[in-house]
Amino acid sequence: MQSKWWKILGILLILYSIIGGLLFPVPQLNILNETIRNLYFHVTMWFSMIFLMLFSMIQSIRFLNGFDKTKDTKAEAFASTGMFMGLLGLLTGMVWAQFTWGTFWVNDPKLNGTAVTMLIYLAYFILRNSIENEDSRARVSAIYNILAFVMMIVFIGILPRMTDSLHPGNGGNPAFGNYDLNSNMRMVFYPAVIGWILIGVWVAQLRYRIKTLEINKENS
Amino acid sequence: MKSLLGSIFCCMFFMNSASAQAVEMADVMRSNGKIYVVVAVIAVIFIGLAIYLFGIDQRVKKLEE
Repeated sequence: MQSKWWKILGILLILYSIIGGLLFPVPQLNILNETIRNLYFHVTMWFSMIFLMLFSMIQSIRFLNGFDKTKDTKAEAFASTGMFMGLLGLLTGMVWAQFTWGTFWVNDPKLNGTAVTMLIYLAYFILRNSIENEDSRARVSAIYNILAFVMMIVFIGILPRMTDSLHPGNGGNPAFGNYDLNSNMRMVFYPAVIGWILIGVWVAQLRYRIKTLEINKENS
Repeated sequence: MKSLLGSIFCCMFFMNSASAQAVEMADVMRSNGKIYVVVAVIAVIFIGLAIYLFGIDQRVKKLEE
């Protein structure tokens, strides 16, 4: 993961999604109008967050299987980058909602589920900081992190699909693959998702490396 | 990836030649409600951020050594 090519690939993919996302043809729909292009930027934040949280959980499991401290540091770096991506997703979604649904915040199960998810991960960081002993901090937060990931899948992946929701693909609304994501949009959307995941991993890696330097400095 | 970018630029040149007959000296960046200007601005910001990120990467690498 020290090589450069995947970082450049991520940047090129996002650059392509910015140019293509603003210029390529999109379906012409009422209310949405040109804001359908937000799909390339808003939804990709969530995809990136979910993947970063998944990587974080994997690192937590790897930590519990051998108690290697570097895995715990990696889990923290992935989770905090994922949290940042989620925050961006929340803010961009609020702007989008204001101009299509009419308010910044609607009582949509997906929005509330997201808010709960953010609080769950906020609790993860508070938990980390509240335990003084380094060994027990790493163990407790690793276990909590696995729980947090499962809760996130329940709150933003399962529950919104079981009730009515304004989001596509939930509660009887058509999902991707019907009118709102035609083949033109896929050409931009999927590269954008991959690009943002790569950039998210890069930022998490930087955070991990800086954290490792700090830990080494403290120990020396 | 490269061929897609190429096709975008081809589109841009095509639009340029189509508007050449108008009296106003319209160029690519002023067509379609000047949307290309917005694209250019966002692209510049993103490339700037990417370069900055590479800079941070280099600094961390230096510290690691």
